[in-house]
Amino acid sequence: MQRLDFESAVEKIEDKIERLKIASGQDKASTEEEIQKLEQKAAKILSNIYSKLTPWQITQVARHPQRPYTMDYIQNIFTEFMELHGDRCFSDDPAMLCGLAKFNGDPVVVMGQQKGRTIKEKVRYNFGMPHPEGFRKSLRIMELAERFSLPVFTFIDTPGAYPGVGAEERGQSEAIAANLMKMSGLRTPIISTVIGEGGSGGALAIGVADRVLMLEFATYSVISPEGCAAILWKDGTKGSLAANALKIDAASLLKSGVVDAVVPEPAGGAHRNPGDTFNNLKACLTEVFSEIKHTTVDKLVKNRYNKFRSLGLFTEE
Amino acid sequence: MGWFKNSFFSVEGKSVKVPQGLWVKCEHCAEIIYKKELERDLEVCPKCSYHFRLPAFERINMLFDKDTFEEFDPLVGPTDPLGFKDIKKYKDKIKSYQKKTGQKDALISGLGCINGRKVMTAVFDFAFMGGSMGAVVGEKITRVFERALDKRCGVITFTASGGARMQEGILSLMQMAKTAAAAGRLKEAGLPFISVLTDPTTGGVTASFAMLGDIIVAEPGALIGFAGPRVIAQTIKQTLPEGFQRAEYILEHGMIDMIVERKNMKESLGRLLEYLG
Ligand SMILES: [Zn+2]
Repeated sequence: MQRLDFESAVEKIEDKIERLKIASGQDKASTEEEIQKLEQKAAKILSNIYSKLTPWQITQVARHPQRPYTMDYIQNIFTEFMELHGDRCFSDDPAMLCGLAKFNGDPVVVMGQQKGRTIKEKVRYNFGMPHPEGFRKSLRIMELAERFSLPVFTFIDTPGAYPGVGAEERGQSEAIAANLMKMSGLRTPIISTVIGEGGSGGALAIGVADRVLMLEFATYSVISPEGCAAILWKDGTKGSLAANALKIDAASLLKSGVVDAVVPEPAGGAHRNPGDTFNNLKACLTEVFSEIKHTTVDKLVKNRYNKFRSLGLFTEE
Repeated sequence: MGWFKNSFFSVEGKSVKVPQGLWVKCEHCAEIIYKKELERDLEVCPKCSYHFRLPAFERINMLFDKDTFEEFDPLVGPTDPLGFKDIKKYKDKIKSYQKKTGQKDALISGLGCINGRKVMTAVFDFAFMGGSMGAVVGEKITRVFERALDKRCGVITFTASGGARMQEGILSLMQMAKTAAAAGRLKEAGLPFISVLTDPTTGGVTASFAMLGDIIVAEPGALIGFAGPRVIAQTIKQTLPEGFQRAEYILEHGMIDMIVERKNMKESLGRLLEYLG
């Protein structure tokens, strides 16, 4: 487990648990009780630490290298996943994972930005930053979902759309814009979950949904804290200040009305206990899906439009 | 003619870019230009054809038939949903830009005629916080699309924006979804939407309604893109190609329909409306 700098209080206990687990080997019974006790203690300490995280600390959790990624959620919440590739124009963008799957037995469409864990994977998935081809692939699959009346589940985890020469030449902005427009009127249910980093337009491009969920220690922001700091504080290292000011944490997002529900994470974050995280999210998705699955498509689209239409605070006097 | 009262304008409706002095320096070629000459040339540099950024009302003045423009929603003004503060308070920034431009926010919207054809419009003002799109800009654009839908009329937008207004946090990002959704409804109804991209149009504005026009027009030399050139250069650690993200470059890459010089803009828009109206 890669520990974050604010987790030092749990270091000794977690190390001891690790040692005991290795030492006990086959003879689990002898140490089982002690491990359980220590684990409870660790969970208590972690819950305490995690109940007071600053937005900048949450950003570190959301970016944790061992945090579950889109493919992990798809494999553990859905069954019979079949990946679909390509935008039919230029290439297949691995940073946007799309496919068909079953959710509690129902056929659905799933998609999300995919990050890599090893250096080789990180490069292959471009650190979860899609090119226009990725957004166009997701658009193509959403249109497919519409034609075959399949509900769409999206998983948001990206630092943002890739800022590169090729991405610009092939219309990064048009690709995102087209997704926003299509999703706002897509004639099938859409549920989005922010699972890690919800980075700006690249995140929203698969986030115009009937219900938007957010994991407890995920972030969702108009700009990365570092990017904001570089512009407004003229200092890219002031990310913690920008994270505070931008209010990018799940509780703030829920309050703003952008997010409909926050999905609790296990003590110490999703990466410490992916199994419980999958169970929590699956339960939430099941509930939210049952809320909207019988709504007529006309009403769904109308409500979705009104939901996004209503976001934004202004005066008029 | 309410907009003539705007403090930013003299009675003749002429821009005051540099309050003192009769001369202006071209940002692009550094030529020193006599201001009267620049005004006569619609704020286009006589030497290098650089199209100067225009205050919203000045653009409206240039393009809409005399006395036809009627402003919408002039009372819609910004709030500070996050209590945002960087080196300065967002509230104070708003006040200073309001004072500087005489406008409530970065967008003027309304209804007017171009060569006799009625059209709804939304015009950005880059001088107001870099034309950034927060809740006011998003709401006013959305209302333009919705009014056009209601009145069965077309829309022309003129963008000049660095993107979403980060001081309003996530709600500024949501203006992208809101405006793109409204543009989508116009499209569904078969009503024309012409998007005119002026220098610069980037970020959350290009990545939403601005790139969704039935026809996309750009002014010569305008910087148009998703990410800003500095961010891209930092990311790829290479120098950028010559002319990268300029109107001519993105035309070559198939992203826009045409480049129209300012002096021909009114006529071109009038003809487009004739075809699509
Ligand atoms: Zn010049």
